[in-house]
Amino acid sequence: MIRVILPLELQRLAAAEREVRLDVAGAVTQRTVLDALEARHPVLRGTIRDPVTKRRRPFLRFFACGDDLSLEESDAPLPEAVARGTEPLRIVAAIAGG
Amino acid sequence: MSAVRLLVGTRKGLFILTSDGARRDWDVAGPHFAGWEVYHCQGSPAAPDRLYASQSTGWFGQIIQRSDDGGRTWEAVGNQFPYDGLPGTHQWYDGTPHPWEFKRVWHFRPSPSDPEAVYAGVEDAALFRSADGGRTWTEVSGLRKHPSGGAWAPGAGGMCLHTTLMDPARPERMFVAISAAGVFGTEDAGRTWRPLNRGLRSEFMPKPDAEVGHCVHRIAMHPDRPRTLFMQKHWDVMRSDDAGESWREVSGNLPSDFGFAIAVHAHEPETVYVVPIKSDREHFPPDGRLRVYRSRSGGDEWEALGEGLPQSHCYVDILRGAMAVDTLDACGIYFGTTGGQVYGSRDAGDTWAPIVRNLPAVLSVEAQTLA
Repeated sequence: MIRVILPLELQRLAAAEREVRLDVAGAVTQRTVLDALEARHPVLRGTIRDPVTKRRRPFLRFFACGDDLSLEESDAPLPEAVARGTEPLRIVAAIAGG
Repeated sequence: MSAVRLLVGTRKGLFILTSDGARRDWDVAGPHFAGWEVYHCQGSPAAPDRLYASQSTGWFGQIIQRSDDGGRTWEAVGNQFPYDGLPGTHQWYDGTPHPWEFKRVWHFRPSPSDPEAVYAGVEDAALFRSADGGRTWTEVSGLRKHPSGGAWAPGAGGMCLHTTLMDPARPERMFVAISAAGVFGTEDAGRTWRPLNRGLRSEFMPKPDAEVGHCVHRIAMHPDRPRTLFMQKHWDVMRSDDAGESWREVSGNLPSDFGFAIAVHAHEPETVYVVPIKSDREHFPPDGRLRVYRSRSGGDEWEALGEGLPQSHCYVDILRGAMAVDTLDACGIYFGTTGGQVYGSRDAGDTWAPIVRNLPAVLSVEAQTLA
């Protein structure tokens, strides 16, 4: 079971809890986790990554286990603690704006 | 019993203001989509409870929301706006080529007859159409592929297609306005387009009367006179009587001919409203006095309307999409400010009163007159 923590705006948009629990078959990567998240909540398509290029939106970051994984390859394995479900993957929105 | 519903898009959500036909007491609902920018919300003329709303932020991109009950409940529909083919480049602020990139939806124009059909004007400037209630969007690419497209450049607010007008008797005739490219028109439902900027003069341009490159802020039309168009340009209030083929200036005695919003009275095609703003460097009313100006002669001669509006220390702006009229017998006119006030007049502008005072900065106002 993969745990993903959503920023408040996306919780509201998807009518989801702060933490979403997902089953991911096979390799646990940014791409497979986000694919599973978007399959569960289709309204999130395009809000975390570009729907065509799949690039992360510039004002969002991915954190897990105290590390910033935003610049990792989307097909790189996520930390084992995320794959085991003991640590969440955090989608964090930049603190900006007024 | 008639009623009026105002759809107010703001920097931090959508608000829906409703009143009966007396327009004295208003119910304020919202914010819908709290924290998100709502550039525009518009109802379908064919099914007024069908609303389309553009919800976006720099963080999470674009969401399109649709309601079938006048805004009580919403459903997110399609948010993919793929440019047709290889998008290519337009001109950046510094004159260099810049790839066409979708940023947000500025404007909706629902079909007058089909609730499922709607146009969307977007940034970077392009026109899209949906035939399935916003679930999927297809670019009306003849516009962006006009030979001048590569030379279009953004204004300070981005390179946005912010206004569309449709001839109600001939829906295949449309006009769009792009900052800062100008007005374009089609006679064949979007297959082919022509620039319609003859008579415009923009001193900031190397060639002030060029065919494209003008920062048109807003265009307006009375549905009974689809060949007469009014324009608030960056500077200059303009008028065309030949469906955009040529324009002449009608700024007349306005205290400033800079501004954003322009609207036409619902029953008097020669009665036009603008809100003069001091300058392109000082986006507030001249002398700190908020006044709408009305011309009953289609321009040139303007009267100031300030009764009920703040006449001192007022430094708000009124953005291009933030003025609208209802169609009740005594035409109501409404506008929103960057200070979060929405003002209304029940007597065609003679007197004004605030409907609500402390919303987030208002981006757009649309008025629906309900049976």
